[in-house]
Amino acid sequence: MIRMSRLQQQFANLKAQGRKALIPFITGGDPAPAHTVALMHALVAGGADVIELGMPFSDPMADGPTIQLACERALAAGTTVSKLLELVGEFRRDNQHTPVVLMGYLNPIEHRGIAAFAQQAKAAGVDGVLIVDLAVEEAPEFAPPLKAAGLDMIFLLAPTSSERRIRAVAEAASGYLYYVSLKGVTGAVTLDLAAVAHKLEEIRRLTALPLAVGFGIRDPATAAAVGRLADGVVVGSALVAEIEQHAATPEVLPALLKAKLGALRKALDEIAQ
Amino acid sequence: MVYDYAQFPDARGHFGAYGGRFVAETLMEPLRQLEEAYARLKNDPDFLAELDRDYTHYVGRPSPLYHAERLSKAWGGAQVWLKREDLNHTGAHKINNTIGQALLAKHLGKTRIIAETGAGQHGVASATIAARLGLKCVVYMGIDDVERQSPNVYRMKLLGAEVVPVTSGTRTLKDALNEALRDWVTNVDDTFYVIGTVAGPHPYPMLVRDFNSIVGRELIGQSRAQIGRLPDALVACVGGGSNAIGMFHPLLAFDEVAMYGVEAGGDGIATGRHAAPLSAGQPGVLHGNRTYVMADDDGQIIGTHSISAGLDYPGVGPEHAWLKDIGRVNYVSATDTEAMAAFYELTRGEGIIPALESSHAVAHAKKLAPTLGSDRHIVVNLSGRGDKDIFTIAKREGISLT
Ligand SMILES: Cc1ncc(COP(=O)(O)O)c(C=O)c1O
Repeated sequence: MIRMSRLQQQFANLKAQGRKALIPFITGGDPAPAHTVALMHALVAGGADVIELGMPFSDPMADGPTIQLACERALAAGTTVSKLLELVGEFRRDNQHTPVVLMGYLNPIEHRGIAAFAQQAKAAGVDGVLIVDLAVEEAPEFAPPLKAAGLDMIFLLAPTSSERRIRAVAEAASGYLYYVSLKGVTGAVTLDLAAVAHKLEEIRRLTALPLAVGFGIRDPATAAAVGRLADGVVVGSALVAEIEQHAATPEVLPALLKAKLGALRKALDEIAQ
Repeated sequence: MVYDYAQFPDARGHFGAYGGRFVAETLMEPLRQLEEAYARLKNDPDFLAELDRDYTHYVGRPSPLYHAERLSKAWGGAQVWLKREDLNHTGAHKINNTIGQALLAKHLGKTRIIAETGAGQHGVASATIAARLGLKCVVYMGIDDVERQSPNVYRMKLLGAEVVPVTSGTRTLKDALNEALRDWVTNVDDTFYVIGTVAGPHPYPMLVRDFNSIVGRELIGQSRAQIGRLPDALVACVGGGSNAIGMFHPLLAFDEVAMYGVEAGGDGIATGRHAAPLSAGQPGVLHGNRTYVMADDDGQIIGTHSISAGLDYPGVGPEHAWLKDIGRVNYVSATDTEAMAAFYELTRGEGIIPALESSHAVAHAKKLAPTLGSDRHIVVNLSGRGDKDIFTIAKREGISLT
């Protein structure tokens, strides 16, 4: 039997325990690279099962203002792809169990060379990669080097995804699928639970991969509501907004993020049966 | 190698290694629907007749092919001709495309159109057609461009469009495009995104090219009638590349016609302060397609510099990237200073005030003409008129118009 990846193992464990995955997103290097590792440990202390670490990009076309500004802060503070991989390596020295997924846009990755990036990311302790603007149709050129390095490829699904696309995406993906709960950019607040439930049912009929849901989850109530429907919830802009607010006093952030995430953890664990 | 240029892009929207569809999942299905609708309508006689009627009676096509005799004499070489897209309704080639896309929007049952704009010409053309068809129109524009192209901002507002200043990133055209994509992803059910150039995800580079190709198709007939044969060289400025591809595409198969795409050289390519990805960039992915982009060592898109807002873009249409690689089109650049000199020469020498974008093409024609004999013919795509630029130019001259 093939060894399970750290991500697959994590979702298998959670499933066995009847728990839901809590997946925080923060932008790497925000407000400055020196704070990222401490924030990642704080997220784990607050109950993170998987960390999505954003790779800042100059043109984040799928992101709302909160994450756009996070990208601008991180880039202004000198965050590069090399720096980000170094930070993951540093995090891994003290944490070998929490999967880390890099989430970003294709250009900085392609610029580095996809094969080099794949090897360096794996060596740093990255577990999966989610490239927002890499649709499954264009993936045949990019996925093989990432997979060969042992990285899981996370793909997005959306309310507009047709059955044909869901099948193709499920075929190409590993680790989990990230369902975008609404038509919009990150930070939007128009969550329609009935519509999410309906679409998740359709997706579940077509794949056995764990389903994480993101966009529009900002507090314990929305986390619990979505947690009832999915295998995991992603919370991003709500955390990044805290970083934005306290960017001038970053030393308060670890405790703040831990508390904020802790409240979501509690809400999610209360729904577990 | 012989190419059948009509076969590009391929079924996946690729021009060789370029093009494609690099967007978030939410837009993939809407893009497929657009592709399907266009495939159906582009051969539909009613659709084509409607488009033709608009080109003739609303835009004022065909645009003249004008022999700039005084310029030709002054430059001492080839005969210089101007394809007068500046005479179109709204003053630029942009309307050729917006009319086509707005008709598509109507056929798809969309009630709202959005657009990005740099110089404001595409925004004005979109606002114009929205007014005509009774569609709601929102135009995204970098806040720096809102300032340097204020006459066009006011025109859009007069036409009933909402102009949204974009403050993110470098606050110019690329950021307006990001913001328009964000709007589209949010309002995809009722909204049609009218992209202003041959960039963006497939099928946009193809359909924007097709709608602008009226320019090259007219040119074939006009040059046979007025010159007696096809021209020896075509020259067009390249921002995203829509006026250039519109003139080039119908003539690509005629090997005897040389083609020059002129990028914005800004302060000079060597200074790094320019907007010339084909001349000084490298392949990458931006705004939904693979093409040449201007990026730093870490793959971040970098700011561009040009006196002309419409050329101030760090990417370029993927078909141009491919035409560069296969060597069919020569890509060159003209600096701000060269474009300004050409602007004055055309204004004073022929009584035609060109857009600053188009002035880049004129500047290259000035370099090219003396290298060719007086029996040779160069056609410059005069993509737009300069009314919108008078404030920028006055400011450079130290004159205040307000
Ligand atoms: C008059 C004119 N020419 C050229 C351009 C550049 O666009 P493109 O390269 O797509 O023709 C613009 C863009 O705003 C324009 O207004």
